[in-house]
Amino acid sequence: MCLAVPATIVELDGDKAVADAMGNRWNIRTTLVPDAKVGDIVLVHAGFAITTIDRRQAVETWELFEQIEQFRRQEERANEN
Amino acid sequence: MNHDKILLAHGGGGSLMADLIAKTILPGVSGKSADKLTDAASVNFAGGDLLMTTDSFVVKPLFFPGGDIGKLAVCGTVNDLAVCGAKPVAMSLSLIIEEGFEFEKLERILKSIGQAAQGANVPIITGDTKVVETGAADGIFINTAAVGEKLEKANLSFDNIKPGDVLIITGTLGDHGMTVLSGQKGLSFRSEMQSDCACLFGIASALVEHLGGAVKFMRDPTRGGLAATANEIAQATGLSIRLDESAIPVKPAVLAAAEMLGMDILNIANEGKILAVVSADVAGEAIEILKADPLGKDSAVIGTVLQVGKSAIVEIRTKIGGSRIVGMPYGRDLPRIC
Amino acid sequence: MRIDRVGRLCGDIEKSCADIGRLIQVMEVCGTHTVALFRLGIRSLLPKNLKLLSGPGCPVCVTEQAYIDTVIELACRDDCIIATYGDMLRVPGRETSLEKLARANIRIVLSADDAVKLAQQHPGKTIVFVAVGFETTTPATAVAIQQAAEFELENFAVLCGHKRVLPAMETLLSGRNDKIDAFLCPGHVSVIIGSDAYRPLAERFKRPCVVAGFEAEQILEGLAEICSQIEKNAPSVGSVYSLAVSPQGNKIAQSLIEKFFEPCDGPWRGLGNIPQGCLKLKSQYGRFDAARRFGLTMEDCPEPAGCLCGQVLCGLLDPAGCPLFGKKCAPDHPVGPCMVSTEGACAAWYKYGPER
Repeated sequence: MCLAVPATIVELDGDKAVADAMGNRWNIRTTLVPDAKVGDIVLVHAGFAITTIDRRQAVETWELFEQIEQFRRQEERANEN
Repeated sequence: MNHDKILLAHGGGGSLMADLIAKTILPGVSGKSADKLTDAASVNFAGGDLLMTTDSFVVKPLFFPGGDIGKLAVCGTVNDLAVCGAKPVAMSLSLIIEEGFEFEKLERILKSIGQAAQGANVPIITGDTKVVETGAADGIFINTAAVGEKLEKANLSFDNIKPGDVLIITGTLGDHGMTVLSGQKGLSFRSEMQSDCACLFGIASALVEHLGGAVKFMRDPTRGGLAATANEIAQATGLSIRLDESAIPVKPAVLAAAEMLGMDILNIANEGKILAVVSADVAGEAIEILKADPLGKDSAVIGTVLQVGKSAIVEIRTKIGGSRIVGMPYGRDLPRIC
Repeated sequence: MRIDRVGRLCGDIEKSCADIGRLIQVMEVCGTHTVALFRLGIRSLLPKNLKLLSGPGCPVCVTEQAYIDTVIELACRDDCIIATYGDMLRVPGRETSLEKLARANIRIVLSADDAVKLAQQHPGKTIVFVAVGFETTTPATAVAIQQAAEFELENFAVLCGHKRVLPAMETLLSGRNDKIDAFLCPGHVSVIIGSDAYRPLAERFKRPCVVAGFEAEQILEGLAEICSQIEKNAPSVGSVYSLAVSPQGNKIAQSLIEKFFEPCDGPWRGLGNIPQGCLKLKSQYGRFDAARRFGLTMEDCPEPAGCLCGQVLCGLLDPAGCPLFGKKCAPDHPVGPCMVSTEGACAAWYKYGPER
C-alpha cells in the first residue's frame, strides 16, 4: 500500500534534503527523521524520509544497493590499476 | 469500453490505443484489419518494394538529456522503416508551431533534425509549416513521413515466427521514457539518465544483411515498452513468449527511477532499441553482429517463442526463479505512491 | 547467492506446510505485498496448501466512491486546483474519473509538500490536496497542514480520506472471516506504527502477525516465520523487517498524526463501516478541511450490482471467483474497488495471474 525507496541523503538544510538513488536526485523532507545526517540511508515515501537505515543491512537487503556496492568496488579496482 | 472523449491514455501505446486504432481509426479510413499491423506498410510500385511510414512527435519536454524533439522526429521515423527491413530514401517534415515559440529553440530543433537526417543518410525533400494560436499547440509538434526501399535480404513478417525462435533486445530498457519523465513539469528530479534516442538503420541492416531470413521479425519497443511489443507479437502470431527477467539489461539509474515512481520498466518507452526475433541457431552470431555496433553493445537474448499453451501469452521467469504473466499495458503509466 | 537463499526459504516453507498438513490461509494486508508477490513470481513457488489472501491494504481501493465524486465536484470549480497522487487519477466515481475529466486544474504531485508549494504559487486559487493513504502517508499530510498554518496559507485545504489499518484487520477477524490463519503485516505502515502495534491483535485473536519488507527474501522470510509459528502453535508478533521497523515505530510521525487528526468510524469501500477505521481533521484545524470549507457532504453510495469486492477484501473469495472478473470488470473499465488501482487484489490477479 505504500511504496518507499531507499536513498542516500546528499544535501541537508534544516528538514529540506536532497536524496540520491543511483544518480537520481530529488527533493525530500526529513521532518519525520530529524536526526538524519548527510550520508545516511533513508527510506523515502511520498517525498518524506520515514526512517533511517543501517548501511550494511541496506546493502544486504536491497538488490539495488548491492549493485551500487559492486559498482563502487569495480570503480575502486579500476582506480587502483 | 466506450469512451466519449479522447484521453491521454489513448496515446499511451497500450490496450486502449490498440482499441482506438482497431475500432475507430481503421474502420473510419480503410476498413483494414488491425490484426497484423507493422511499423511501415509496403506499397506495390512499378519496379520494386517501397515502404512508407509516418509518425508525429509531441514530446514534453522538447529538450532532454540525450536528444530533443527534432532528433526524435527523424530517428523515430527512420526506425519504423529500419525494423521493417527498409533503407530510408526520402523524408518529409511538417512543423506545427505555437504562436510565440522562440526562434532560438526552433533553430536548435532544426539543427538537430539536420544532423540526425544526415547521420541516417536520408534527405528531407518536402515539408510544411503551420503556425497556430497560443494554446492551440504546446510549443511545437512535428510530423515526419518517410519512404524506404526494402533490403533485398529482408524477409520480416509475423508469419515467419516459429516456436523455438529467440528474442533479442539490442540494449538497456527504459532509458528514453524515464529520462523524459524525469524532466516533466511537477515531477522533476535530477538524474544522470540519458535518452537512448538513436537511428537504428545501421544495426537493423547489419542484422538482415548477415543473417537474411534467419531474422524473422523486428520492432522498436517505443510507447508501451517491451511489454506491449511482446504482447503484440504473441497476439499476431498466436504463439506464447517466455522472457527471462535476469537477462533483460536495465541501467541501475533507470531501474531506481522506475521504482521510485512505482513504474514497471517493461512498460517504459525506448527510442533506440530493437526487439528482434531470430532463429535460435543464429542467436550467438546475431549478438556478435549487434555488439560490434556501439548502439548494440548491451544486446542480449531475453526470451523464447513457445508453442502455445491454453492461450497465447507473454510470461516472464523472474529473477528469483518464479514466473508470472506480462500483460499488455493499459494506457500510460502514472507515477504512484502506493 | 540470492537465488540460493530464496530456494532455502521456499524449502523451509514447504517443510512447515507439509508438517502442518492442512490448508493455511495467510492474508497479506498490504497492496504493495500483493503486487510484489505476483511481480516477483513468489506465488508460483509456494506449496499448494499455503493460500495467500489479498487483503484490504490498498488505500485507493478502499476509498469510497462518494469521496471521488467530491474530488471531481471540486475539480469542476474554476477557483480550485486539485493536487493528487497519480494513484487517484483513474479511480472512477459514479460518473467519471479525474483522468476522464481531463481538466487542466488537476495536478499530479509526488509529495504533500508539492501541494503546499502550489498553494504558494497560486494565491488566487484554493489548492485541494487529495489526502488518501494509510499511516505511512498520513504524516506527510500532517506536515503539509503544519506548513500551511505556519505560512498562513488561507488557500490550502485537504480532503481527508486517510485510513487506519489496524481497525480494519480487527474488523476482519471479528466475524467477517475467521478462516484467516495469520497476517503478513504491511512493512511501511509498520515503520510508522511500530511492530508492537499488532500485539493486542495477535494476543486477542491468537494469530501470527509478521511484519515483512518487499524484497523476495523478506517476503519469504515473513511467510516462513508465519508457518513456523503455526507449526509450533505459538502465534505472536514477529518482524523480519527490523532494519526499517522498530517495535515502537516512528514517534515523531505518530505525534504529528495525533496533533492534526482524530480517529473516527467511517466507511471503507467494499467493507462498509469500520469502527475507528478513518481519520478526520481535529476541529481546531477545521479551516483546512476542504469538505467544511466548501460545505460538502459525502453520501453513502451502494456498490454496483453483482460486485463481490467486499468478499474479496475479506479474503472469502479469490478475484477469479467473481462472475464479473475479467469480463464486465477489468482494469480499463473497473466495476468494483479491487480493480481500480494497480495494487487492488483484482487488478493484480488480472495483470499477473495465471487464473485468467
